[in-house]
Amino acid sequence: MSLSKEQIAQRIAKEVKDGYYVNLGIGIPTLVANFVRDDIDVEFQSENGILGMGPFPFEGEEDPDLINAGKQTITALPGASFFDSAMSFSMIRGQHVDLTILGSMEVAQNGNIANWKIPGKMVKGMGGAMDLVASAENIIVAMMHTNRAGASKLLKECTLPLTGVECVRKIVTNLAVLKIKDNAFHLLERAPGVSVDEIKKATEGDLVVTGEIPEMKL
Amino acid sequence: MINKTVSNVEEACKGIKDSMTLMLGGFGLSGIPENAIKELVRLNIQDVTCISNNAGVDDFGLGLLLRKHQIKKMISSYVGENKEFERQMLSGEMEVELIPQGTLAQRCQAAQSGIPAFFTPAGYGTEVAEGKETRDFDGKMYVMERAFKADFAFIKAWKGDEAGNLIFKGTARNFNANMSGAATITVAEVEELVPAGELNPNEIHIPGIFVQRIFQGTAYEKRIEQRTVRPKN
Repeated sequence: MSLSKEQIAQRIAKEVKDGYYVNLGIGIPTLVANFVRDDIDVEFQSENGILGMGPFPFEGEEDPDLINAGKQTITALPGASFFDSAMSFSMIRGQHVDLTILGSMEVAQNGNIANWKIPGKMVKGMGGAMDLVASAENIIVAMMHTNRAGASKLLKECTLPLTGVECVRKIVTNLAVLKIKDNAFHLLERAPGVSVDEIKKATEGDLVVTGEIPEMKL
Repeated sequence: MINKTVSNVEEACKGIKDSMTLMLGGFGLSGIPENAIKELVRLNIQDVTCISNNAGVDDFGLGLLLRKHQIKKMISSYVGENKEFERQMLSGEMEVELIPQGTLAQRCQAAQSGIPAFFTPAGYGTEVAEGKETRDFDGKMYVMERAFKADFAFIKAWKGDEAGNLIFKGTARNFNANMSGAATITVAEVEELVPAGELNPNEIHIPGIFVQRIFQGTAYEKRIEQRTVRPKN
């Protein structure tokens, strides 16, 4: 069985360690916050200017001056701080943020990522994604293994305009956990009940399979 | 104390002309200069270049200027929430320059600080870096980006005093702080304007030296773009 979006987020949550400052992108990455163990201390940064982001507010307590980068109303946890946009990106480019989790439309086997533009079709903009991928040492991409048309999103080379070059190291999809090394995708874990063959079929880029591949634990 | 107060938005916008470059603070609809935007619509100034992280929604924020075709060029990082924007961009009626959000903030900050250019890793190897100088520092590649040049910066704060000192609330600080002092004239609108001496100097986010005109705004709508809540219990 391939994973649901919630399960992808649940698997990624295991990568979040005690003491981490984490930036979550829009979509699946946002869900990761729901699955982080509550016996570790983690602070979520949102690039519009908050560190220590909390859950959505209770109904009636929404504040238009308190939103996340997805423009959703949020809350601030004890220990939170607010800051301006330049300082926010000082945290990001200055590598003070420990982990960046973001979605993508394509990832290439050399670590290139494309997630901001489909020429002639979708031109929403890159937001903070280019700053995040150019700076973070620790980037995890959360995405479905294939697009709606069934085509692989793990490619030899990106076809869409790039967001960043040679920056992605780890990918968690609905089918697998993979790392990027030596210009190839290396299979680390399979989704429960998903075979190595199924993953091979869904991966257009070079896939390295070494030994027995364990099922992921959620 | 150097008094920066003007009596209203009309006075605050004096000197605005067609074809100027304007900075507008805010992230999404949070912390946008609502009063100044309405005045720009009323003045019907044309062919302006707007530097703003986002472009509002169809019927609020910068969407109001878009609807009246007052914007010649937008410089933003993310414009996903606005159908009219997308239409004008795809049809070529409006020029659009999309740039990384951190680069946008730093180009404002550089203008505020008198730094003409800086190197950032954001956008290296992408179309954002095309035509720009790149350089290797300690084995990593960076792109040179220039400070913005703008005629007016319209920003919004929570509280301000007659001296132009500003305090922001929550995540409404965003680009407002970085755009202050980044244009020839910075116009700050605030929800509450108090006499000098009433704000604690320890708590001021932006000193009045970066502000040329300040006024108390009226009728703030403070619209929420994505209302997300959780149930009680």
